[in-house]
Amino acid sequence: MIRFDDVTFTYEGADAPTLSHVDLAVDEGELCLVVGKTGSGKTTLLRAINGLVPHFTGGRLSGSVTVDGRSTRDHPPRELADVVGVVGQDPAASFVTDTVEDELAYTMENLGIAPSAMRRRVEDTLDLLGLHELRDRPLLALSGGQQQRVAIGAVLSASPRVLVLDEPTSALDPAAAEEVLASLTRLVHDVGMTVVLAEHRLERVIPFADRVVLVPGRGQPLVVGPTAAVMAVSPVAPPIVELARVAGWDPVPLSVREARRVAGPLRQRIADAPPPVRAADGDYPPVASVERLSVAYGEVLALDRVDLQVGAGEVVAVMGRNGSGKSTLLGQMAGLRAPDDGKVRVLGLAPAGLSPRRLIGLVGLVPQDPGLLLYGESVGAECASADRETGLESGSTAAVLDAVLPGMPRDRHPRDLSEGQRLAVALAVVLAPRPPLLLLDEPTRGLDYPGKARLVTLVRKLAADGVCVVMASHDVELVAQVATRAVVLAEGEIVSDGVAREVVCHSPVFAPQVAKVLAPEPWLTVDEVRCAMGVPDRAR
Amino acid sequence: MSRRLSTTSGRRGLHPAAWWLWAACLAGAAIRTTNPILLALLAAVAAFVVSARRTSAPWSRSLVFFFRLGLVVIVVRVVVQVLFGNRLPGHVLFTVPQVPLPSWAAGVSIGGPVTLEAVLQSAVEGLRLAVVLVCFGAANSLASPYRLLRCLPAVLYEAGVAVTVSLAFAPEVVMAIAAVRDARRLRGRPTRGIAGLRGMAIPVLESALDRSLQLASSMDARGYGRRVAVDRGTRRLATGATASGLLLVIAGVYGVLDGGSLPAGGVPFLAVGSVLVGVGMAVSGRRTVRTRYRPDVWQLPEWAVVGSGAAVLGGFVTASALGVAGMQLHVYPLQAPGLPLLPTLAVLVGLVPAVAAPAPRRAARAAARTVRARRVVGQPEGTPA
Repeated sequence: MIRFDDVTFTYEGADAPTLSHVDLAVDEGELCLVVGKTGSGKTTLLRAINGLVPHFTGGRLSGSVTVDGRSTRDHPPRELADVVGVVGQDPAASFVTDTVEDELAYTMENLGIAPSAMRRRVEDTLDLLGLHELRDRPLLALSGGQQQRVAIGAVLSASPRVLVLDEPTSALDPAAAEEVLASLTRLVHDVGMTVVLAEHRLERVIPFADRVVLVPGRGQPLVVGPTAAVMAVSPVAPPIVELARVAGWDPVPLSVREARRVAGPLRQRIADAPPPVRAADGDYPPVASVERLSVAYGEVLALDRVDLQVGAGEVVAVMGRNGSGKSTLLGQMAGLRAPDDGKVRVLGLAPAGLSPRRLIGLVGLVPQDPGLLLYGESVGAECASADRETGLESGSTAAVLDAVLPGMPRDRHPRDLSEGQRLAVALAVVLAPRPPLLLLDEPTRGLDYPGKARLVTLVRKLAADGVCVVMASHDVELVAQVATRAVVLAEGEIVSDGVAREVVCHSPVFAPQVAKVLAPEPWLTVDEVRCAMGVPDRAR
Repeated sequence: MSRRLSTTSGRRGLHPAAWWLWAACLAGAAIRTTNPILLALLAAVAAFVVSARRTSAPWSRSLVFFFRLGLVVIVVRVVVQVLFGNRLPGHVLFTVPQVPLPSWAAGVSIGGPVTLEAVLQSAVEGLRLAVVLVCFGAANSLASPYRLLRCLPAVLYEAGVAVTVSLAFAPEVVMAIAAVRDARRLRGRPTRGIAGLRGMAIPVLESALDRSLQLASSMDARGYGRRVAVDRGTRRLATGATASGLLLVIAGVYGVLDGGSLPAGGVPFLAVGSVLVGVGMAVSGRRTVRTRYRPDVWQLPEWAVVGSGAAVLGGFVTASALGVAGMQLHVYPLQAPGLPLLPTLAVLVGLVPAVAAPAPRRAARAAARTVRARRVVGQPEGTPA
C-alpha cells in the first residue's frame, strides 16, 4: 500500500538529512506504529506519505514514495486526498470550516461525493467517534479531546485507504484515547484500512500495533519488525516493557492481559517487600486554597463550588476527562481570570487582583503549549529578558535553566527546540522568580520518555525544596511516578481527592500499567518494583 | 424534498449572502447621508438585529470590536481635522499654533484656528465611516465567513485558499490575543497600555500567520482544489470572463454609490459585468468535481432580509434624489439635525430581519443552560448540592 524506496530527505538549510535511505513497505490493512525520540524524524516520515513533505515544507527528497500506486512526485497532496487521510499533531490547526458537521463533510465535498452518500457517511462518522451530540457546535468551542476526535472523523468520513495519524491521543484523556484507538482497530479489522501512527505514549497503542517502525534519528537506518521484537531493543519503551526487562520475561508481553498471565511469580516475589512509601501524608504547610470556586464560560459551568487546599512540598495531580475543568482550575489559581463566585488565595492573596510583576513571584504556570511563554529570538535572549523583566540578577534564569536541562544551546530559536527543550526553557523562565506554587498544565504532551524522566526528577526535587506543584495531566504514568495526591474532576466538581496511590489504584481508567499488572499489590512504577526486587536502579 | 430543504434552512440559519447583502445595503444607505441621527439609527438597527439573531459562534462577538474601531475612526478624523484640516470659518473654539510651511507645500496647512463647524463636520464624516464599519461588523457576526466562502463560484477557487486563509486570520488573531495576553501575564509582563500592546503585536501576528500556513497545507491535504482536466482555451475563457466581469461590477457599484461620475449611474456597467461573471461561472463550473453537503438554500426569509435592506437603501437613494431636507448636516448656519420622515421610516424597515430571519437553533437551549448555571452559582451557602 505504502512504499518508500531509498528515500532521503533533507530540510532546506539543514546540514544532515532527516531521513536517509529509508526503505519501507506497509501492507494493506496493517496498523503500523512509528516510534522514536522527539526530533528523530517521525513527523517527517508521516508527512512524506501524502506528499506534504516536500510539497509544503520545501527541502530535497530523493528516492520515491508511492501510495496505492501513485507517486508523491507526480501527485501533490490534494490529488492523494482520496487515498490518504492525514491528522496532524494539533487538531485545531487542521480545521478548515467552522462547525463539526461541515468539517466532517469537507473532504467529501472536495472529492465530489454525491450528497446523499455524504449525508450517510457523516452520520456514520458521528456515531463511530461519538460526536453526534456535538454535530452543530462551533469547532473552536470544543475541548481538546473533542477536537481531536473531529479531526480524525474529518479524514475518516472520506473513507481513505490509508490513515496517517501523528500523536492522535496525546491530547486525550485515558478513556477518550482508548475509544479512539478502539475505533481505529475496528477500521483496520473490519474495513481493511491501513493505519500508520506515531505516538509517544506507547503504553496506549502498543497492544493495537501489528508492526513497529523505530526511527532512531540522525539518519540511522529504520528498525522495522513485529511489535514484541522491536520493543525488546527499543530505547523508548512503555512501562510494561520496562517491567518485562526487569522481571526478565521473554517474549515481551504487550498488553496488560498478557503481562498478568506471566506476572504471578513476580507478584509473589515482591509481596513480602515493604510497600512503597512516598512523601509523608498530611502535614504540608498550606500554600494555596480554593473555596467554593465557581467559574462559568457563557452558558457552561466549568467549575462548580470547588474546594481545594494545597501545601508546600505536595505534588497534586488534577485528573479528569477532557473539558472537566482542569485547565480552568489552574488558570484560576494563576490569577488569569477573576472567579465568578468563591475565593482563590495564594499565601493569603487573591492572585487575580495582583499586578503581573507581583504575580510571578507567587505563582508560576506553564501552559499546555509551553512555547506560548517564549518570544525571545534565542534561548539566551529569552533568559536575559526574563532576568531583566522580573528584576532578578542577570544570569539567574540561565542558572535555573542549567539546573533543569544542562547544556542547552543558547543560540537556538525557541521554535527550533524540541518539545522537551521548550518545556525546559519555559520552566526555567517560570521558576526563576522562585514562586512557592508551580502549576503545570499537561506537561508531558508531546514529550518522549527521556524528556518525561527529566521532568519527573525536576518535580521531585522541587517538591523536596518545598515548592507546591499542582499539575493537570492525562498521563497516568506521570501521575504514578510523582504525585503525592490526586484530585479527580468531573463536570467541574471534585469527585475524588486523596493519596495518589489509592486514588489511581482504585480506578480502572487512571491506573498505570504496572498497577494493573500487579494488582492487588499497590505498586505503581517500574522503579518501585525494581527497588522491591533489590535490583540496582537503572541497570541499563 | 421541499420538507428537507425547509428543515435544513431552519437548522442552519439564514443564507450568509443574505446577511451580507442586507448589511451592504445598510452601509450604502449610510454613505448617502451625513445626518448624525439617521447614522446613529442605522448603527442601532444593525446592533439590534445582531443581538436578536446572532449564534453562539466565536465570530458572533466581533460587533463590539467594530464599534470600538468606529470610535477610533471618529477620533482620528477629528484630530486630523484639528491639526491639518481645511480652516473653515465660524465659531472659533481654540487655535492650534501654526507651522509655517515652505512655498512648495502650498495648500497644506498645519495648525490654525479650529472652529466648531469644522469639528462637527469632521466628526459626522467620521461617524459615517464608523457606521459603515459597524454594518460590516454586523455581517461578520451574523454570517459565518466559512459558509460565505462555500457560496463562492467554482471559478474563484484559484483565489479560494487565499480567501479562506485571510478570513480565518481575523478570528485567529482574536484568539491569539487572548492566549498571548495570558502568557504575558504569566511572564509578569504588562498586558495593558502601550507597553502591553507593543509586546503583544509580534507574537500575535506570528502565531496567527503560523496557523494560516497550517490551514493552507491542511486544505491541500484534504483535497481542496482538485479538478478535472480541461483544455486551455476553456480555462482562459472562464478566467477572463470572470475577471473582467468582476471589474465591471466593481465599477458599477462605485457608480451607483457615487451617483453621477459614470454614465447612467453605472447601471450598464453592473449589468454587463454580471452577465460576464455568469458566463465565467458557467464555463468553469464544469472544471471542478465539488459537491455540496447541506447546500445553503435561498427561501422566503432570505428574500425578506435582502428586501428589507433594499428598502433601506431605496429610501435613502430616493430621499437624496428628491432632495429631502435633513439628509445632510448643514453647519452654515449651525442647526440641530432634523428627522426627515422618509429615510427614518426606511431605517426602521431594516429591523425586519430581527423577526424574519430564523432564530438560531441553539439559542433556546443555551438560554436554559445559562439559567441553570446561574442558579447553581448563585445558590445560597449551605444548601446541599
